[in-house]
Amino acid sequence: MRPALMFGALAFALAAGAAAPALAQNEQFIPMADYRIGPYAAGGTGTFGGFIDYLDMLNKRDGGINGVKLTWEECETEYKNDRGVECYERLKKKGPTGAAMFNFLSTGITYACIERATADKIPIVSIGYGRADSSDGRVFPYIFPLVTNYWSQNTSKIKFIGMRSGGMDKLKGKKIVNLYHGSAYGKETIPILDLQAKKYGFTVTHLEVPHPGNEQESQWLQIRQLKPDWVILRGWGVMNPVALKTAAKVGYPRDHIVGVWWSGAEEDMIPAGDAAKGFIAAAFHPSGTNFTVIQDIKKYVYSGGHKGNLEDMSRFGSIYYNRGIIHGILNTEAIRTAQAKFGNKPLTGEQVRWGLENLNLDDKRIKELGAYGLLQPLKTSCLDHEGGGAVKFQQWDGKKWKLISDWIPADKDMVRPMVEESAAAYAKEKGISPRDCSKE
Amino acid sequence: MIYREAGQLKSSYEADQQIFPILQDRIAFLGLLAAAFVLVPLVGNDYWFNAILIPSLILSLAALGLNILTGYAGQISLGSAGFMAVGAFAAYNLMLRVPHMPVLASFFLAGLVAAVVGLLFGLPSLRIKGFYLAVTTLAAQFVIEWALTKFSWFSNNSPSGVINAQKIVILGVRFETPVRRYVLTAAIVALLALAAKNLVRSRLGRAWMAIRDMDVAAEVIGIPMLKTKLLAFGVSSFYCGVAGALWAFAYLGSVEPQAFDLNRSFQILFMVIIGGMGSILGSFLGAGFIVLLPILLNVAAHSFFRGGVSQTLASNLELMVFGALILFFLAVESHGLARLWQIGKEKLRLWPFPH
Repeated sequence: MRPALMFGALAFALAAGAAAPALAQNEQFIPMADYRIGPYAAGGTGTFGGFIDYLDMLNKRDGGINGVKLTWEECETEYKNDRGVECYERLKKKGPTGAAMFNFLSTGITYACIERATADKIPIVSIGYGRADSSDGRVFPYIFPLVTNYWSQNTSKIKFIGMRSGGMDKLKGKKIVNLYHGSAYGKETIPILDLQAKKYGFTVTHLEVPHPGNEQESQWLQIRQLKPDWVILRGWGVMNPVALKTAAKVGYPRDHIVGVWWSGAEEDMIPAGDAAKGFIAAAFHPSGTNFTVIQDIKKYVYSGGHKGNLEDMSRFGSIYYNRGIIHGILNTEAIRTAQAKFGNKPLTGEQVRWGLENLNLDDKRIKELGAYGLLQPLKTSCLDHEGGGAVKFQQWDGKKWKLISDWIPADKDMVRPMVEESAAAYAKEKGISPRDCSKE
Repeated sequence: MIYREAGQLKSSYEADQQIFPILQDRIAFLGLLAAAFVLVPLVGNDYWFNAILIPSLILSLAALGLNILTGYAGQISLGSAGFMAVGAFAAYNLMLRVPHMPVLASFFLAGLVAAVVGLLFGLPSLRIKGFYLAVTTLAAQFVIEWALTKFSWFSNNSPSGVINAQKIVILGVRFETPVRRYVLTAAIVALLALAAKNLVRSRLGRAWMAIRDMDVAAEVIGIPMLKTKLLAFGVSSFYCGVAGALWAFAYLGSVEPQAFDLNRSFQILFMVIIGGMGSILGSFLGAGFIVLLPILLNVAAHSFFRGGVSQTLASNLELMVFGALILFFLAVESHGLARLWQIGKEKLRLWPFPH
């Protein structure tokens, strides 16, 4: 084929892909910019599997949300920022009212789309990842780091370490190593850890592991020299099992390694084998299938030879899968909340934004959803786009995760001023004048 | 028949030395420029500007930079993404720290900063050749990425290491809409491509090609090795630096050093190899191939399978088809897409009456 011909074909196919017409009218379009290949594929397939299965279940059980059917389309980002931006641009205008909101499951892509999405009036939901200071809804009206942002989670983690050490005052003089993934995601907690170190009197050493993290010999040798009391593992994907195996090799006790929730999936533990036993990880939700909502998915999506989005049924009810269900619940509840104000019809991104900002999931509603114990109560507002802010901790027993703590609330008094300071700096850099929340 | 230069007589040296000696080429090229600057801004939409045209133009520029170094001067480099990162962070810091800095000047200076860094890492090329040189430029890639991550001064102490590019304002005109950012990018790329085309036809370009073809012979006929090789590194890094600044300012708006990782360097090298070593056109064709084909395959997979096949399988199939196509093109024409174009042109000259 001649280049000219080839580019003609390219142009045609791209135009066809970019401008597919919206046919059905009573449908709410939710874009799925996911990733199913590359070093982080386990996270992408599991979480988006749960997310899509939940939407599928809503369609089959309830006929959508108040009669509005949910539709979605996947787009492969490969966890790369430029591909993510392409997916964003490709999907943002699909469906009768455009994209309801975006979930990228990638801190990097979330960063890259903040300004675009704000200009296009499409919300970005980043559940348990993304930019911590976007919790300040005055500066980031369209960004929603729901449930718990990284800074909140980190304060819970230090609280947990304090509890294990026998009180926060026992943290004085302790040594903690922060082993982080060399990316925007990995670096995000460095300032809050430094602040906490000052407050509680422990010392913190930050060690970077370059992406993707399949080589950590030198970092763990350094850890062996430092002899820290605790290691915080801020890993992602393949970095996690490698960290645990290398820790076993240098003889560092795994039950003194505390991971972020992106280090706490079954897929992170199984490749490490016995080396993973005893490892502790944060979680904003448990694993398991013992929840009404998950049984409903089994009943409506996977019954009678039908197949859902998840291919490997052994991952049903895993950490990533359940995280996907939480994505499904929070995104659709936002649409439901917005429908109560704007009517039971397909909504625009701007209208869904209102729903996200006025989410109020109390225990009663969570029980109705069949997700009691899976999801923590959550209430968002114009000021606070985070909502929840509590974390549980779980330990790997060699086969599965066991919860070892109750909900540990974040230290909001410490996080909130940092969020506001950082958001204000962003607003100043970008020339944004923050909204006045008393007028909302 | 339509593409025949018969009757186009050259009666002056100027006519003989122009970039496009054939009238049809000149018309086609002017037509292309008109399309790029008039037609496309009129008919294009956000998706085309934001997701297709701007990134492929910027990566074409980076590929052009590497092509100067690898295709013309024969020095293999795996540090192109590193030099892009230098450009992006230099432009950001210049805008941030120098009051009243015009944005175009910051792009230019960012290119110069990248050029200086490139010169530094080009020094080993005087002693080391071929694959060994590739390994030393690999060091540039890692050192730059590490330094930009390690020293938070570069990212103005941003907690995540992500920089937010400043707004582009030139002479009071704000370049915020996709179409304006596209026009700006296209203008810069067109200017630099023209400069590159002239550069490789100049004395310096011929010296580069002499070194590429046989460096001992080049030295014997009096080409200064130090100056010529280092200039190749400098000019190449300048192009990559400007491309990096555009990537941050005109395309993504926010970047982290990891956006310019080794994979990006490989991507640029593949663009040069697939597009055509030692060809300006090849840089553009290669960038088009590497950037657009995966997107096209993703779109095609979605419209073709329509949920009939699991997405995981579709995503993996895309990768396989992409790899197979690279193999195919290199097997059919190992000199790249630019060479295919040239062959096509030769055939067109005879068409429809081949011998």
